[in-house]
Amino acid sequence: MKRALSPRPWPAFVFFLVVAGLGPVLDSFWLSLLTLVFFYALMGLSWNLMMSAGLLSLGHALFLGLGAYTTAVLTASGGISPWLAIPAGTVISALAGSMIAWVGGRFSVRGVQFAVLTIAFAELVRVLFDNWNFVGGTGGFFLKAINPDTNRPLLTLRGGALFFYFAFLAITAAAYFLVQRLMASRWGFRWRAISEDEDAARALGVPALRSKVLAVAISAGLAGLGGGLFGLMQGSLFPDSTMRLQLSIEVLIAPIVGGLGSPFGSVMGAFFVVPLMEFANVLGQRTGYYGVNTLIYGIVILAVIAFLPHGIWPRVVQFVRSARPA
Amino acid sequence: MLQVRALTKAFRGLTAVRDVSFDVADNEIVALIGPNGAGKTTCFNVISGALKPTAGTVMLSGEIVAGLPPEQIAMKGLVRTFQIVRPMRTMTVLENAMIGAFARTADVSKAMDTAFRSIARVGLQNKADALAGNLTLPDRKMLELARAIAAGPRLLLLDEVMAGLRTAESDRIVDIIRSLKAEGMTVLLIEHIMRVVMALADRVVVLHHGEKLAEGKPSEIGADPKVIESYLGKRTKLA
Repeated sequence: MKRALSPRPWPAFVFFLVVAGLGPVLDSFWLSLLTLVFFYALMGLSWNLMMSAGLLSLGHALFLGLGAYTTAVLTASGGISPWLAIPAGTVISALAGSMIAWVGGRFSVRGVQFAVLTIAFAELVRVLFDNWNFVGGTGGFFLKAINPDTNRPLLTLRGGALFFYFAFLAITAAAYFLVQRLMASRWGFRWRAISEDEDAARALGVPALRSKVLAVAISAGLAGLGGGLFGLMQGSLFPDSTMRLQLSIEVLIAPIVGGLGSPFGSVMGAFFVVPLMEFANVLGQRTGYYGVNTLIYGIVILAVIAFLPHGIWPRVVQFVRSARPA
Repeated sequence: MLQVRALTKAFRGLTAVRDVSFDVADNEIVALIGPNGAGKTTCFNVISGALKPTAGTVMLSGEIVAGLPPEQIAMKGLVRTFQIVRPMRTMTVLENAMIGAFARTADVSKAMDTAFRSIARVGLQNKADALAGNLTLPDRKMLELARAIAAGPRLLLLDEVMAGLRTAESDRIVDIIRSLKAEGMTVLLIEHIMRVVMALADRVVVLHHGEKLAEGKPSEIGADPKVIESYLGKRTKLA
């Protein structure tokens, strides 16, 4: 009596390999679009991990922003290698996440109230950064320009479109396999149990506080990791863009559309949502009506949620299974 | 195994449990009985850590557990079930039992084996992959029991596991509890069905208005005038 608890890893592995193989043949438009897809897939994986433990994050921009700022400030002002600065940003984000989870868990802040807590922390830190001159305040923080002729991307972790395409693909794929493994582990079970009934879970020996802190720490760490690389790609950071509330909302669309609780759903969701956003933008510009892009985007997302309430990916899995005799 | 000493639990002005003391010896089955509102479930909630006692203490194998969080008490081997069953509805029967099994191992396949054995024990092995939310009430009660067993308790607290079940189903649970006892398990149960209490319990503790009214062997309790007066009623036929 042995059964696969989680999908076998090789289909996802093949998927990421094929996407990697596309890199060299894509033009710069597609490279940057797919890089954004990977970025949102990573954020979705991160957000979804917390959601699987029943913790709704509406402040993910905080984790992303902390990772981005830590990495940028350490490399630019501290002269530290990005190979160390990015992990530092990851750790800072994870610590911030642990603290929020601990506060929420310790004082039994659950459900919607916890979501409000995440907003409160994210906004607090954003306003703090707005007024913190060391990191540039509202004026923003800028990385030194790099000379493309002498730049060694593997040293500076900054480069052209193809470099960031592979960099984001690599961390997103790694995050996917990590989350997939975690969800199939004891912790994955504990997170799901807590999200359904925390008191019943605790009665069965599930350490609720520790489980939540771990979930948020890993989730925040992944967001910080993505944020760190994102900062290096952008070259400039502003609290009102890197830590804005809207960003916290944007990152949760892909995992919801892709399928809550399913790691590959987050990846698929990003592949659907990000190009849709781009397509709507282009269409909006062509027609010349202000707001058309948001309207199209909104209608499509609404339609997906109305007709595929469990998300795109679980429906695809169901379809494939029913098409194939068991 | 379990010592409850001068346990008191007050909610604002209302004292739900007042100065209750009793013991459960190793490998014993003790039934906690009493009318509705007597404080039985409150007693369970304090013993299992869901509530902190106002006064008094609870010891498990000589170690004070009163006031510890429920998950720590569960890890020490005291596992409870809920009167109103609380399955994780979007998880399968096997996965529900695995949550319990993960209290004793971090290994997924070991947890799966333990979980499967415990659901087989209550007769749910053919529904291992069914979502717990789709089970019938009797099956949910069985799952509640299986999940607790999978957590590897030394002392099992069962809160009306048989309420709402047919005779055949409750007989099945009686058999399961007997076999658990034969394997060395200690059980404290809240039960309203006197037939079950008489058949199963080594000792009975009667609560009334939050206080201990009587304690003794089932036959003594059945004959105790105070218990008959306040709880059993004069017409109750025992066993």
